[in-house]
Amino acid sequence: MSGYLTGVLVVLAFNVMAAYAVYLPLAAGQLNLGIAGFMAIGAYASAFLTNEYAWPMWAAIPVGAGLAGLTGLLIGIPVLRTHGIYLAMATFALGQVISALFLNLEVVGGAAGYPVSDYVGPNGVFLAAAAVVVLMLYLSRTRFALYLTAVKSDPTVADLLGVSVRGIQVAAFALGAAVAGFGGAFYAHHYNFVEAQHFNVLLSVFTVLYVLFGGTQTVWGPLVGAAFFTLAPELLRASDQWRYALFAVFIIVFMAIRPQGLVTTSLLRFARRKPAAESSEAA
Amino acid sequence: MRGSMLAQQIVNGLMLGAIYMLMAVAFTLAIGVLNFLNFSLPGLFMLGGMVAYGFIKFGWPTLFAFAAALAVAALVSLLVERFAYRPMQGGDPEVPLVSSLGFLVLLENLMLIYFGSDQQAFPALVPDLNLRLGGLVIGIAQLGSLALSVLLVLWLSWFLSSTSTGRCIRTVAENRDTAVLMGIDTGRLVPMLFIASALLAAVAGLLFAVNYQQVSPFMGEGVGFKGVAAMIVGGMGSIWGAVLGGLLIGLAEVLSISFIGADVVNITVYGLLLVILILRPQGLLGRPATREKL
Repeated sequence: MSGYLTGVLVVLAFNVMAAYAVYLPLAAGQLNLGIAGFMAIGAYASAFLTNEYAWPMWAAIPVGAGLAGLTGLLIGIPVLRTHGIYLAMATFALGQVISALFLNLEVVGGAAGYPVSDYVGPNGVFLAAAAVVVLMLYLSRTRFALYLTAVKSDPTVADLLGVSVRGIQVAAFALGAAVAGFGGAFYAHHYNFVEAQHFNVLLSVFTVLYVLFGGTQTVWGPLVGAAFFTLAPELLRASDQWRYALFAVFIIVFMAIRPQGLVTTSLLRFARRKPAAESSEAA
Repeated sequence: MRGSMLAQQIVNGLMLGAIYMLMAVAFTLAIGVLNFLNFSLPGLFMLGGMVAYGFIKFGWPTLFAFAAALAVAALVSLLVERFAYRPMQGGDPEVPLVSSLGFLVLLENLMLIYFGSDQQAFPALVPDLNLRLGGLVIGIAQLGSLALSVLLVLWLSWFLSSTSTGRCIRTVAENRDTAVLMGIDTGRLVPMLFIASALLAAVAGLLFAVNYQQVSPFMGEGVGFKGVAAMIVGGMGSIWGAVLGGLLIGLAEVLSISFIGADVVNITVYGLLLVILILRPQGLLGRPATREKL
């Protein structure tokens, strides 16, 4: 693999992990606009443990992810009292506060950034992203995914049927935060450098963009969305200056035509049972 | 001396707050009435400053350039309505956010292609006159912007409470389906709201350019996100809440820069936002969030 291709694929792997971190709470109806903050927690925690306490990476990375998840849990309990647009805004504020805190934390370099000594190669990153995808595919086949959909579609009915709505919401939020922290920790160890400015609100918002573009109805949506958003601007590189403008026009037109996202349940059903499709349409 | 410095910073904070206030009112119109977090507004803010800058550079008279900037922002906002808002009705509430963000990226990059990514110096239009009151120095441009912003908001508040169109808007905000049943022409009202919020954002952008004498393709992001914060602090959907929130955020920003340091701005501003969201999710002046289910 050429260096360029590897570089692009590594970015793709990070985007896929971030996309699933957004997807999990979104599947329960929560828009998390602060995912970058949780990535920062994972990145800084893992970097700090390996740098200062000489922890091995295999221990530091899960601890970083765990800390991000724990923060999600602790903050999710009060923040998830709000919902809808209020929740989105609370997570937005949260992301900003977390990255501002790291920006001012001198023990991890403050605004100058924080060099990280231990290195993870591209293959390690690919493996991590694959592990996240596999975990999500597994989760999508468990009752947990069913609960998420139930809570998203109608919390009242879910509550009446004995699903702990608050529990599921907090779990989805915290689990998403842990996935973000996991991705963030790998980010720190792959690039050997973290700076708080990277984990800004645009990173959070663009990640949401991948997920909604790919579609939230199925577990494949975030993967497809992240792949598209990573690869398409590279393919448009020929028209260098115009590529982001063209790309933006494409997003606008696409979302106007297909607001439910690229991959939907009906699309998957159609692909799976192509021969039987007509008879089921008739019924 | 300390006291007069504090007073001076409070004046500066209020001036900056006036700009956040206009942005917050623009966002609050879109959210309060249409339930749409319109991410293209920071782009329209930027258009207000950049388009005026462009036309002034072509040699247009200043007032024409300003009018052209406002007109461009209004037209773009109609496009946002047509392509980002209208097709999404009835779907997930998050989806229009994506396309409005697409508009932000598009506008920023079009300006980037045309003007480059550097900060451009916006010409000084108002003579550098300062009022001196006791130990305070107040720029004429600052004072004018503050007055203009307050007047705009007062007018808007009067318009919403006392005119027939204002009543229609409030009805749509209350319950859209009922409004349609009552015979309110939402097909006409919604584009009007888009124009109104675009004009507020573009005026804020113009005032920013005149006051701080610089424009860039990315000038909207920081101000826009603080405008969102101001709106939430004050209470979504409440005009006076947006005013209060804007001024508070402006003060918090200026005071923390001058007394603690520039790096802590985001901690104080967004920390304030987070604390308010946890303690009082409806914002300072907002009505309690209607809980639809559960």
